[in-house]
Amino acid sequence: MEFVDYYEVMGVAEDASGDDIKKAYRRLARKYHPDVSSAPDAEQNFKAVGEAYEVLKDPEKRQEYDQLKKYGAFDGDRFTPPPDWRSSAGFTGGGYTEVDPAHFSEIFEAIYGRTGGFHGRSAGAGSEFAVRGEDVHARVPITLAEAYSGTTRTFSLQIRGVDARGMSVPETKTLKATVPAGVVSGQKIRLKGQGQPGIGGGKQGDLYLEIELEPDRLFAVDGHDLTFVLPIAPWEAILGATVDVPTLGGRVKLTIPANAAGGQKLRLKGQGLPGRPPGDQYVVLKIVVPEAKSEKDRELIRQMEEQMAFDPRAELEAGK
Amino acid sequence: MTDATAVTELLDDSAPYRLRDLCDLCAVRAEFVTEMVDAGILKPAGAVPSRWRFTVQAAVRLRKAQRLQRDLDVNLAGIALALDLIDDLDAVRARVRTLELHLAQLAEDG
Repeated sequence: MEFVDYYEVMGVAEDASGDDIKKAYRRLARKYHPDVSSAPDAEQNFKAVGEAYEVLKDPEKRQEYDQLKKYGAFDGDRFTPPPDWRSSAGFTGGGYTEVDPAHFSEIFEAIYGRTGGFHGRSAGAGSEFAVRGEDVHARVPITLAEAYSGTTRTFSLQIRGVDARGMSVPETKTLKATVPAGVVSGQKIRLKGQGQPGIGGGKQGDLYLEIELEPDRLFAVDGHDLTFVLPIAPWEAILGATVDVPTLGGRVKLTIPANAAGGQKLRLKGQGLPGRPPGDQYVVLKIVVPEAKSEKDRELIRQMEEQMAFDPRAELEAGK
Repeated sequence: MTDATAVTELLDDSAPYRLRDLCDLCAVRAEFVTEMVDAGILKPAGAVPSRWRFTVQAAVRLRKAQRLQRDLDVNLAGIALALDLIDDLDAVRARVRTLELHLAQLAEDG
């Protein structure tokens, strides 16, 4: 099995005091807490720190761990406990422990025994204690097109199953869920009863999916509203024009008013994400200056320069 | 386990839970919920506890508060502060993503 160096996980020295370990745990727990951190490996780190602390905070377990580390056989990362190893500290799960050992590593299991996770501490023989299963949270990345028209997703989830001996074993469950049209980033979907199973006849937890919109190449999204940047030629801005604009529902004609300014915002009402009310699509005009490719092009521009009385810095002068 | 098609509920602003439902759902005592309301962590509709109605988002928030209290050993004021800051941070992150995209578009076209 792979050896896990709990001191390394906690970033403390092997002779660290109980107080130092506690401080290190508090700091790391804050840093990696899945509700606080957005780092993708936050949850994994949080669990690793929880496991390390579970051992190092308890002088008896810590001593056993130190012994094991000293006398066990290492072969690279592979680790074999000494023969006849048995823990006297054990992981009784009897007292009120804050952690769910179902997530712990192989090494923990080898030292302190398989605990049966949640079952170990709450569903004793003949217990009538019913506990509702935990809720499961997952993020669902979807494209803007999927948000517009709705989609179906198939999920694989790790849930806690129970084997023939009543031990907790991880189980993979797959299920299909529909994502309705018009969802927005951060919106939550609940799948009732699809979370962790309950214990002792307790109800199943729920599965919560949080929608995460993937960035789109054309549209910026704000709630149900969309923003689209439309490149136009200077003469389209000056003379006005009718151009095709992409929307999620297909192309629509947009009329650019004469003497339009760069950065001007036009609204296509109701062309955003569906909803009650549906969102709008904003079109931001972006005037693109053409490159003069020939002497003829330059001549044309010179004519404009000579014939149009235009001072782009007039406002600066007026301010003086 | 076999494939199953789950029933989907889109969570909106409706507030279906009474105090009792919320306690049942999150496995907490009513006193704990009352403390959360007093600390401004939960804001139910309805003036008195017997008329309180909680949104599904409130249930999610309560569970988050439970986890923060359990894992980080913070008091109620700390939880309230953390939750508000997490909300702000989420909003800011979403805004940054939107603006970055917008910016990339402008750069690409320009």
